[in-house]
Amino acid sequence: MNVRPVLALVFTAWASSAFPQGFAGLGSDAEGFAMPQRGQRLSFPQDHGPHPDFRIEWWYLTANLEGADGRDYGIQWTLFRSALAPGEGDGWQSPQVWMAHAAVTASDQHLFAERIARGGIGQAGVTSQPFMAWIDNWQMASAQDNLENLTLTAAGESFSYDLLLSADGPLVLHGEDGYSVKSAGGQASYYYSQPHYQVSGTVTLPGGAVEVTGHGWLDREWSSQPLAEDQSGWDWFSLSFESGAKLMGFVLRAESGDFTSGTWISADGTAEPLEPGAFQADPLDYTMVEGRSIPTRWRAALPGKSVSVEVEALNPQSWMGTSFPYWEGPVTVTGSHSGTGYLEMTGYE
Amino acid sequence: MTRAAAAAILSHWRRHPLQLATLIIGLALATGLWSAVQAINGEARASYARAAEQLGTSGADRLVPASGSIALSRYAALRRAGWTLAPVLEGTVRFGRQSFDIMGIDLLSHPLAANLADASDQDGAAPMDALLPPGRFFAHPDTAAELAAVQQQHPVTRTSALPRGVLVADLSLASRLLRQPGTLSYLLILPGQTPDLAPLAQLAPELTRVAAKSAAADTARLTDSFHLNLTAFGLLSFAVGLFIVQGAITLSLEQRRGLIRTLRGLGVPMQLLVGLFAAELAAVAVIAGAAGLAGGYLVAAALLPDVSATLAGLYGAPVDGSLSLRPGWVLSGLAMALGGTFLAGAKALFALWRMPLLAAPATRARGQQAGRSHLLSAAGGIACILAGTAVISIFQGLVAGFVFLGGLMLGAALLLPLLIATGLRLGARLARRPYAEWLWADTRAQLPGMSLALMALLLALATNIGVGTMVSSFRLTFVGWLDQRLASEVYVTARSDTQGAELAQWLGSKGVTVLPIRSSDVRFKGAPLRIYGVADDATYRQHWPLLDALPQIWDRVAAGEAVLINEQLARRYDLSPGGSFQLEPGWVLAIGGIYSDYGNPNGQAIVALDRLLARAPDVPNRQFGLRLPPQEVPDLIKSIRQRFEIPRENIIDQASLKARSLAVFDRTFVITAALNLLTLGVAAFAMLTSLLTLWSQRLPQLAPVWAMGLSRRQLAATEVLRSLMLAAITAVLALPLGLVLAWALLAVINVEAFGWKLPMHVFPGDWLRLFLLALLAAVVAAALPARRLSRLDPAELLKVFANER
Amino acid sequence: MVLKIRNVTKSYPGQTADDAVLRGVSLDLAAGTSLALTGDSGSGKSTLLHLAGALDHFDSGEIEIGATQLSRLGDRQRAALRRQEVSLVFQQFNLIPSLTVRQNISLHARLGGRWDAVWGQQLADRLGLSGLLDRYPEQLSGGQQQRVAIGRALALRPKLLLADEPTGNLDETASAAVMELMLELVRESGAALFLVTHSSAIAQMLDRQLHLKHGKAA
Repeated sequence: MNVRPVLALVFTAWASSAFPQGFAGLGSDAEGFAMPQRGQRLSFPQDHGPHPDFRIEWWYLTANLEGADGRDYGIQWTLFRSALAPGEGDGWQSPQVWMAHAAVTASDQHLFAERIARGGIGQAGVTSQPFMAWIDNWQMASAQDNLENLTLTAAGESFSYDLLLSADGPLVLHGEDGYSVKSAGGQASYYYSQPHYQVSGTVTLPGGAVEVTGHGWLDREWSSQPLAEDQSGWDWFSLSFESGAKLMGFVLRAESGDFTSGTWISADGTAEPLEPGAFQADPLDYTMVEGRSIPTRWRAALPGKSVSVEVEALNPQSWMGTSFPYWEGPVTVTGSHSGTGYLEMTGYE
Repeated sequence: MTRAAAAAILSHWRRHPLQLATLIIGLALATGLWSAVQAINGEARASYARAAEQLGTSGADRLVPASGSIALSRYAALRRAGWTLAPVLEGTVRFGRQSFDIMGIDLLSHPLAANLADASDQDGAAPMDALLPPGRFFAHPDTAAELAAVQQQHPVTRTSALPRGVLVADLSLASRLLRQPGTLSYLLILPGQTPDLAPLAQLAPELTRVAAKSAAADTARLTDSFHLNLTAFGLLSFAVGLFIVQGAITLSLEQRRGLIRTLRGLGVPMQLLVGLFAAELAAVAVIAGAAGLAGGYLVAAALLPDVSATLAGLYGAPVDGSLSLRPGWVLSGLAMALGGTFLAGAKALFALWRMPLLAAPATRARGQQAGRSHLLSAAGGIACILAGTAVISIFQGLVAGFVFLGGLMLGAALLLPLLIATGLRLGARLARRPYAEWLWADTRAQLPGMSLALMALLLALATNIGVGTMVSSFRLTFVGWLDQRLASEVYVTARSDTQGAELAQWLGSKGVTVLPIRSSDVRFKGAPLRIYGVADDATYRQHWPLLDALPQIWDRVAAGEAVLINEQLARRYDLSPGGSFQLEPGWVLAIGGIYSDYGNPNGQAIVALDRLLARAPDVPNRQFGLRLPPQEVPDLIKSIRQRFEIPRENIIDQASLKARSLAVFDRTFVITAALNLLTLGVAAFAMLTSLLTLWSQRLPQLAPVWAMGLSRRQLAATEVLRSLMLAAITAVLALPLGLVLAWALLAVINVEAFGWKLPMHVFPGDWLRLFLLALLAAVVAAALPARRLSRLDPAELLKVFANER
Repeated sequence: MVLKIRNVTKSYPGQTADDAVLRGVSLDLAAGTSLALTGDSGSGKSTLLHLAGALDHFDSGEIEIGATQLSRLGDRQRAALRRQEVSLVFQQFNLIPSLTVRQNISLHARLGGRWDAVWGQQLADRLGLSGLLDRYPEQLSGGQQQRVAIGRALALRPKLLLADEPTGNLDETASAAVMELMLELVRESGAALFLVTHSSAIAQMLDRQLHLKHGKAA
């Protein structure tokens, strides 16, 4: 995409530490943008929709799938919203910019695509009643005002997928009822998930279409100030164990010391926010990806829940070479618990 | 051996430096004019390509609306159907006194965005500030400077990656300035589309897909004919120059026959000799070609500003006024010089090859000997004319037109020797006095040596007559047309629709007839079409320049039954009154008439104003023609200015507008006139060189006459007289040829190139001027040889009688 | 006297007085008489002939044709003199190739305003050219061409006929025939003949002979 140099500036400000101060001052001060407030209760279905007064927001869905051909697959569907200024405007005057990434990963291939759109003109957006998120011809839609049953489509030059998602568990609010702290200094975001999707449908690859089934995980997060100034990137894990329990954990890497947090979700869907530092993750193996050394095998532990597992990438080359590049792909889990999951790593130079 | 033979061959030039100069100058002139034209064409084409590329439109196909504009919602719908497109909104914005073309793009999707972002970075601007108020312009440094002089509200990023004269802005700013929040001009289809999308024709049947090549070639389509004209001119100059070269080469070989024979007698093989001559020619070609390229470059640089003004005025095509040196141009120029030299020298070289070892030197003296070759050449000439005529009667189009012209010109040139010889024979019959008798006969004897130069003169004169007639006819028609077309006394452009409405109301209250000039731009078969809506007014009934119309045409137009179309459109699609015309899908009207519309490359149509407004209610209402008694014009202009805030240049009286239009017209043909004159100059030079090269052959024929009692001064006068006679006959013959040429230009080439046919007017005064010019050229050409003759040492003449050869 | 040459000298550029081409030559030629000028190559005989024909300028001395002193004449008058009083016959014939035999014969006389058609026809008959009048010089043999040249010279009825090796390009038989014819016609026309030749046989056919050596009469 030709707009990469421009867009990179907008989106990388919060996605990596390449511009620690942020060109728009994201790391420090939020000019006119709303700030997450502790104790503010989330309200649905409105909060499924966009929050244009906040600087950034995303609808982030990943799924671990098994094909009729017996192979493992992963898919990603992400819609980012970035506001150049708070609020909404008519048509081209809208300050909202949208970007989406879609990917399909197998052990031997990783295909991805990116879309960028202007807000205000109907090319991209999110509505909550009924719920629909779209950019161009990619969309995540429901017939209802909730996230229970979704259709999900995306297509790139060489791949596409068309999936049905149905949730068999409740929404999970992270942190304090959805207020998720992101640094020791108090940076925070609103953050909730729907980690209980059963997924079925078709993934089409250059080799042909494959019927797939599996489970998926949707993250919703918005903020105006997600990173501390010295934070250089993050490693984010969403793991689903065969026991039915799930673990979301992240490491925000910083010069002053890493900050970790997460949520333990029991098989019945009950969520327990983790104390900072309770979740531990240490790289075991590195792989050269696009000229960078990236940890693609990890030891993850949550001692309080007797979790000590090895997390290994299904495809170590799951590199998203998009306007702002990062690593994102399906993982397999072995050790005290076994299962599958997704790993996202940003800020590796 | 080679070296010795080469030295012997080359020694010729030491004794004939003038001949060498002739050869080199002739070839340099030929190459020079050709290269000048090529350089101009090359620069113009490169400019179009650069502009297309700089506006990011070179690679991508476009979706254009069949009519009007594209709704923003249509764009969003196509996006949601999976097509990755880049929207563009074009228009004109005015700051202070100046208007600018603005191109609004989505900075997130347009191919230009990357370049602009880099430029913006270097400016130190915050990223994406162009998307937020007040917005940001991107412009070429020159344009940015103009812009900065009239507005400071929007920051400007200067980048030479954009062509001059256009402002690029994000759609947020452009749609705001153009007050078009919900419409787009066209969509670029970006590369890398998802496979298996629903076809565009199905999703948006009202949009036409224009291939990238033809979108970029829009300018090229319009200007191709102009460049073809120039190329034809260049080729003509080249041909005229080659006549000089051919004469010089033939003479130089002829004069070296004795030398060649001697060398062969001394055992130099013919192959080597021919090789040496060919090498000599190649060396001359390279030297002369290089000189010609240098000259051509200068000529092109001098003419380019006028050409770019022409192209901008006539077609709105942007051409930089500066010339750059292209390697391809240099190589092709040298190749032309080499090719031309060998073409011109082929006959002489072949004759050399066939020359027997022992033979009397050719005596080129008697006209009678040339009689057969005159007949042969005339037969070839007639064949050329017939072939050209056949081509134009079978094929159509610009190229066929030029083939016809080429056949006609070449054929006429080939016929010339026979015609002149016949004329001289007739003249000789009339001669009663011995001197006259001798003069006629001697002139005829000299004809073979002069005929090439005379052919060049014929071509140059005929071209001058033809092109001159074409331009003058065009101008006369244009002036008459302007008188009709610009019937309103005053033309006003308001700054906004609101102001326009106020102005119209106020003027109406003062008793001024207000004729709104409102138009909507649509596409007809992919090409731009402007639909004007006109009020039903006597002005149109009385003045509009109709070429052909149904009865009661204006009633029909006013009733919304008929449409008037311009001549270009009618000719392009072979439309005629009585037929029907689809202005937009679902809007078909009878063609009521056709009107002339000079100087406009695009299609145009006229309908009743209320019908246009019913279809396109939001067309701008800012331009008005005002009818009032001429003596009240100054006062009215003054009071409009006092009452309304309208820039001075937005109120134009009829006379100024006409003057401005004529100035543009005249500038258009500056290059034509310049090339005309240069061609005539080359022809005069061809005559001079012929006379000079004939010089040494003339002495044996002049000496006896001198011995019989004609003084050298009389002989000199004879030379001038002879030259005058030949030029006069040629000029007389050039007249009919020039008129046929003019007819072809007006009725064939113009129709193909511009889309309009012009009535032919004849200008005998111009012919007389040209005739005198031809005589002047003849005198100038003969002056040098005549002067030499009058001062010739008798000893030179006596050498003719010398017994020892 | 038709031709009077007095102590004429002539040098070409770069020549000193000692090696001048003519170093004081004098002679007289009366009407109806003939003089043969002989000498080696470079003896100056052609130069003297050219001077007598007002074709070139001399350095000193005087040449008179009739009563006209050549040294006093300008270009125009010299041309007029050649047009009306003097005819020339050259070794190369020097016919006008673009004119027919008829036009060639009449050309000089008509230029001089003294064309006499009867005399012209007589000349053509006598010279054996009657059947060739519409031909062009190139279509004639050398002997025929020289007869045309003689015809052209005599058609003027010149006071003075100058001939420079008139038979130099012809073989012996043709040469004798042409000479005899020319002398006969010269006598009939009453012209004075001044002839340059290197052939003593031809020289003997004329009334007088003058031998030139190194620019002086020997």
